[in-house]
Amino acid sequence: MNGVLVENLVVRYGELTAVDHVSFSAPVGEVTVVLGPNGAGKTSTIEVCEGFRTADSGHVSVLGLDPVTGHNQLTERMGVMLQGGGVYPSARVRDVIAHFCALHDRGMNADDLVARVGLDHRAGATWRRLSGGEQQRVSLALALAARPDVAFLDEPTSGVDVDGRDIIRGIVRQLAADGCTVVLASHELAEAEKIADNVVMFMKGRVASTGPLGTLLRQRSTIRFSSIDGLDTVDLSAHLGHGVNPRGNGAYEIDVASTPHIISMLSGWLAEKSLPLNGLDAGTESLEDAYRRITGGLS
Amino acid sequence: MKRVTTQLRSEIMLVLRNGEQLLLTLIIPVLLLTFFSLVDVLPSGSQESPDFLLPGVVALAIMSTAMVSLGIATGFERSYMVLKRLGATPLRRGELVTAKMLSVFAIELLQLVILVPLGLLLGWHGGDTAVLLVIPAVLLGTSAFTGIGLTLAGTLRGEINLAAQNGLYLLLLLLGGMVIPMSSLPAPLRSAAELLPSAALADVLRDCLTGVGNRVGLSWVVLAVWAMVAPAVAARRFRWS
Repeated sequence: MNGVLVENLVVRYGELTAVDHVSFSAPVGEVTVVLGPNGAGKTSTIEVCEGFRTADSGHVSVLGLDPVTGHNQLTERMGVMLQGGGVYPSARVRDVIAHFCALHDRGMNADDLVARVGLDHRAGATWRRLSGGEQQRVSLALALAARPDVAFLDEPTSGVDVDGRDIIRGIVRQLAADGCTVVLASHELAEAEKIADNVVMFMKGRVASTGPLGTLLRQRSTIRFSSIDGLDTVDLSAHLGHGVNPRGNGAYEIDVASTPHIISMLSGWLAEKSLPLNGLDAGTESLEDAYRRITGGLS
Repeated sequence: MKRVTTQLRSEIMLVLRNGEQLLLTLIIPVLLLTFFSLVDVLPSGSQESPDFLLPGVVALAIMSTAMVSLGIATGFERSYMVLKRLGATPLRRGELVTAKMLSVFAIELLQLVILVPLGLLLGWHGGDTAVLLVIPAVLLGTSAFTGIGLTLAGTLRGEINLAAQNGLYLLLLLLGGMVIPMSSLPAPLRSAAELLPSAALADVLRDCLTGVGNRVGLSWVVLAVWAMVAPAVAARRFRWS
């Protein structure tokens, strides 16, 4: 079942077609990450889903509602996290969260929400005195105030430190586990990979690829590892029976797909020479690799 | 109703937190009334200076607070994306406009509590006038000027809004009979100016506070029309983002 359905969406700004016949869906109870560089059309698409922008053509349904004509019904069940801003600089954390909770009929308890985003100790601070990461957590709290059935989160971990990212990731996962349709826009591929159930890759106003994360990532055709600079690659190639190519800064690539046997031979060769194995990329490709592979033809 | 009171509470809290703005809103009318009552440099027609000035300064305070202060603050809210964020909540445009209007009215009551006793001290003669009508006049004026301020703030970009609010303020001030009598204006300009909300409010207040309004019936009608049309336009045209 889909919480968000976008079909053949087109958004134009004068002569520029920002969103060009985009289609994708976001299932209920899952995190769908919309990826793409700035100007790829993801913000315009999400603004149409939120009801802030009208589509030039196509069809968008959010929780079965038209985001523009059904905006009033939708806002009772929708959480929106903007990328930066959205709060008066002199507003205090608890006040602004309590304000947003009170605007919703079934809004959360403000103190619970402040605690949930880990800002109890900053509840009396004004927005302008918060760090970037703390501001992001307030923004996320405002999106949660409605106890949303659908949440649109724009770059929720941008500018957030490691601990803050853990908190935010945990909240987003719990939100989805509670049955919320989460649509998260990001350009941080490593972060997206940690949280996505589904991925929609935008490129130049179009969807380059979409689907469950697992189906987008392919098995690697090579093994990458890192050790010291200047390994004897001729000897190692002969030992493994496959070509080994230096990639600079102590990184190497072996021209063969990963198997336990070849990994064992590689680590054995390094151990025999008392050389370190500093990193190993084998098995499934990363989301970043998949993104480059999929969008490479369009960029 | 719950959403209006929630938003109203937030609006008042923000006003109180921006103490310097509140101070300016109170101090400028006090200075104008005091200075021009003591230094007789403005033409005041046949009236004593405080009698002419008090209704005009009250009208000016209402216009400053309801239109310019609110309009500029709302423009900042747009640039801070506060409005966009609110647009994603169940708060409706009309509810936002109502909450802002009520918060302005609360400030204006404070202005009246300071300006009227000050006027008495400076020599204002209330006499046998319809002082109780001041409240509906202030309500209508607030509605009209809030509507105008929010229409500009809700449709124009930040810097253009700022310029438009200040430009319109100057125009309405000079042509509105607030500190310069309407009789000083050329006849054709005066006829057009009588349809301005500033002129209507100043005239109605002058009648309420000193009993010498010039075209009171017309002024009440003009003010009432502005009070209904301007907020309706603001609620309809207001853009969240």
